[in-house]
Amino acid sequence: MQTIFEKSVTGRSACQIQKPMSEETELKEFRLTLDLPELSELDIVRHYTALSKRAFGVDDGFYPLGSCTMKYNPKINELACNLEGFTQSHPLDETENMQGTLEVIYSTQEYLKEVTGFTGLTLEPTAGAHGELTALMMIKAYHLDRNDTKRKKILIPDSAHGTNPASAAMCGFECIEIPSDKDGYVDLAKLSELVNDETAGLMLTIPNTVGLFDKNILEISKILHEKGALLYMDGANLNAILGIVKPAEMGVDLMHINLHKTFSTPHGGGGPGGGFVGCVKDLEAYLPAQRVVKDGDNFKLDSNFPKSIGRVRAFFSNFGVIVRAYTYMLSLGKEGTQRIGRYATLNANYIRVKLSQYYNLPHKVNCMHEVVFNDEVQAQYGVSTMDIAKRLLDFKYHPPTIYFPLIVHGALMIEPTETESKQTMDEFIDVMIQIAHEAKASPQMLHDAPHTTVVKRVDAVKAARNPVIVCNMCCS
Amino acid sequence: MPYIPHTQKETEEMLKAIGVSKIEDLFDAVPSNLLQKGYYNLPEGLNEQKTKEKISKIAKKNKNAEMNFLGGGMYNHYIPAHVPYLAGRGEFYTAYTPYQPEISQGILQSIFEYQTMITRLTSMDATNASMYDGSSATAEVCLMTASITGRKKVLVGRNVNPQYREVMNTYCKAKDLEIKEIPFDMGSGEIDQEKLRQLMDENTAGVFVQSPNFFGVVEDMKEISSKVKAKGAISVQIVTEALSLGLLVPPGENGVDIVVGEGQSFGLDVSAGGPGFGFLATKEQYMRKLPGRIVGQSEDSDGKKAYVLTLQAREQHIRREKATSNICSNQALCAVRGLIYLATLGKKLKDLAMLNHKNALYFQKLLNGKKVSRLFSSSFFNEFVVTVDNASEILKKLRKNSIAGGINLEKFYPEFKDKILICVTEMIDKQAMEKYLGSL
Repeated sequence: MQTIFEKSVTGRSACQIQKPMSEETELKEFRLTLDLPELSELDIVRHYTALSKRAFGVDDGFYPLGSCTMKYNPKINELACNLEGFTQSHPLDETENMQGTLEVIYSTQEYLKEVTGFTGLTLEPTAGAHGELTALMMIKAYHLDRNDTKRKKILIPDSAHGTNPASAAMCGFECIEIPSDKDGYVDLAKLSELVNDETAGLMLTIPNTVGLFDKNILEISKILHEKGALLYMDGANLNAILGIVKPAEMGVDLMHINLHKTFSTPHGGGGPGGGFVGCVKDLEAYLPAQRVVKDGDNFKLDSNFPKSIGRVRAFFSNFGVIVRAYTYMLSLGKEGTQRIGRYATLNANYIRVKLSQYYNLPHKVNCMHEVVFNDEVQAQYGVSTMDIAKRLLDFKYHPPTIYFPLIVHGALMIEPTETESKQTMDEFIDVMIQIAHEAKASPQMLHDAPHTTVVKRVDAVKAARNPVIVCNMCCS
Repeated sequence: MPYIPHTQKETEEMLKAIGVSKIEDLFDAVPSNLLQKGYYNLPEGLNEQKTKEKISKIAKKNKNAEMNFLGGGMYNHYIPAHVPYLAGRGEFYTAYTPYQPEISQGILQSIFEYQTMITRLTSMDATNASMYDGSSATAEVCLMTASITGRKKVLVGRNVNPQYREVMNTYCKAKDLEIKEIPFDMGSGEIDQEKLRQLMDENTAGVFVQSPNFFGVVEDMKEISSKVKAKGAISVQIVTEALSLGLLVPPGENGVDIVVGEGQSFGLDVSAGGPGFGFLATKEQYMRKLPGRIVGQSEDSDGKKAYVLTLQAREQHIRREKATSNICSNQALCAVRGLIYLATLGKKLKDLAMLNHKNALYFQKLLNGKKVSRLFSSSFFNEFVVTVDNASEILKKLRKNSIAGGINLEKFYPEFKDKILICVTEMIDKQAMEKYLGSL
């Protein structure tokens, strides 16, 4: 499909700009050229409508992308964040004029306090990785504040998301990898051996990326705390345990949450997201400084926290995302909240059981919100996880997360979420079984998949070798 | 129950298939003393009608002004109706990061077009698929300049948006980088270039100057960049009012190495600060130092043009602790919205930028006629600082007439008593200006 730049027609226009009130200017220099396209409004509407039809979202079909919690995004949430009271709220206005904005932030925090069990919290981070970074900055500040200057190491399981070590590196920490044991859990003996007075903390994803709840969680937190290290929980997978356990009660010291996963704000083709960090009392002093507090019936801002790490984001973060999450929380209430982790887990286990005769299941126990298979069975016919994923596209499914976690060779990580019906999953299961048969009967057909998409398999190597990252077509 | 479709019968069938008698049995790995008993202490869930009533009531508690002269990093511009309409299509907004290019060509091409728009606006060679926002993107650039130069000190103008400076401080502290502020000239409002010269040394990684700066004043980026580069440091321009790029000499032509800023002005609501999108563009030689996603053009197995995420060897999911950044989510949907806005404005972006500038200057002259004088002598884009008799009293008075009259600068600069930062966009008409003058 042509780019918008190629469709430009000199002299065409989609907008009318008013005349200035005066022709006077003080500027001495202006830009001479501006190579942007010239189109009519209808040109633009057709172009981006056509592009949208070459995209695929949860609204289009089942999206079992593991670790991404692609649940349904209720439309009332969109209506809510687009209410004029919110969209027109200016972040540098006086707090007395933005009581609605502050109330949403405060109430969202109160909800999250209850479901996580933490007393301290911030909604300033903009996304999950931003939350991780915020939490690690707090860990660093905590140890330094206690003159504990030796703690420069962060322990990270080999099953972790790549954002964990990347976030730790941004805080100057040295990353030490902890191996998983054969069952996919943290190797306790190795952990005890590696934790010492140089350990700042452990970054633990709960449930982990293999979809398992680490049954040794209390032991893990004990090992860390005895040596003065902190337990940080990556809450990317909170969906599994919402309504089941409170992270603060597991010995977790601080955690992040992705509002765009558990609390159903849309992913938008990569963002915007929403982050949250919760922490225990001992770490509250280090939270980002601008905090929304309740004063009688009013809300105000308090920034007087001298030990705070400071701001991680200007203004009120991705406020529109917070409104969506809060609206979702209002609809859920206590009953809905209790059901999320349960039904997310029920759905994943249903797929686990139904597919386990056809695909290899490295960890043969009850899973949480997601189940990880691999391509061991299909590999004997020369068919890989990539082939299976690409074949799923022909059936109008978004494939699961593939080749992650790294500790499972050829991983296929399936996360259905609680908003998918049995019927949807049955259809998906049937297709997965059909693909398992195809792998045996006609492997070449799978190597050539997808067959029905607007483009065939895309050459990523070529793109990286000779990067073309902008269109070089002039508009005039 | 909202959004969980299971009937009792289906739940039972599923449990039976799994071989357990109740859902709770699936949580056998969770230590039993941790399992929650009963409901959380939360209110009852609301149906959609009640949810809407409740959230609408909260939204109405915001007392937003009818006439808005507030800027300072978030700008009130007109958003054409088709912009949110198109970006709101479910295929865009309910998709994830385009990991599977064959069914994500629409998003990938949109981001490719966005990248093209940003490089053209800034006269740079390379950019990414967006950052969280202007402030955190600027802070990431601190780390980027340190990584490029191997140096450990960052300089930032004191006339850079104060909240941006706070975020930069936070990131620099975490990465053990030194950060120092460059004073501004009290007459012109521009960076004090002599002080800049004195502050730069062989350990200076990057010099961060905002233009138009927090006071709306346009900096001499050409002169600054040449001074900075003579010291072997990276010249960084911060842009919080992206519309200015439509009118002013683009950063790339002024010798700037990296331009970073906030794109909210391009079709996104003020919305208390977000979501907008951060943009970050640079010269080709620093392309592989960029954080975040980048979309590249390639081919499919039939040789047909296709787009795909590229240069991923920089990124966290491949490089882990050696990645250029930890960024994973970005603001893709907001970037797409910005793209559609820019496609709509096209070459007329320059006219809109000019309108903002000229009307702002016009209003400044009107104020001058009312003995409200301008503080800084240098040219400004669409914001300027004035001195008044009693800032808080005047702002209160204006507010009574539903005018948000500007930002009281004393909050951010204690020495600036009775100084107001006023922003004029195309949303301010003559009537609003007259009402403002009449309320003084």
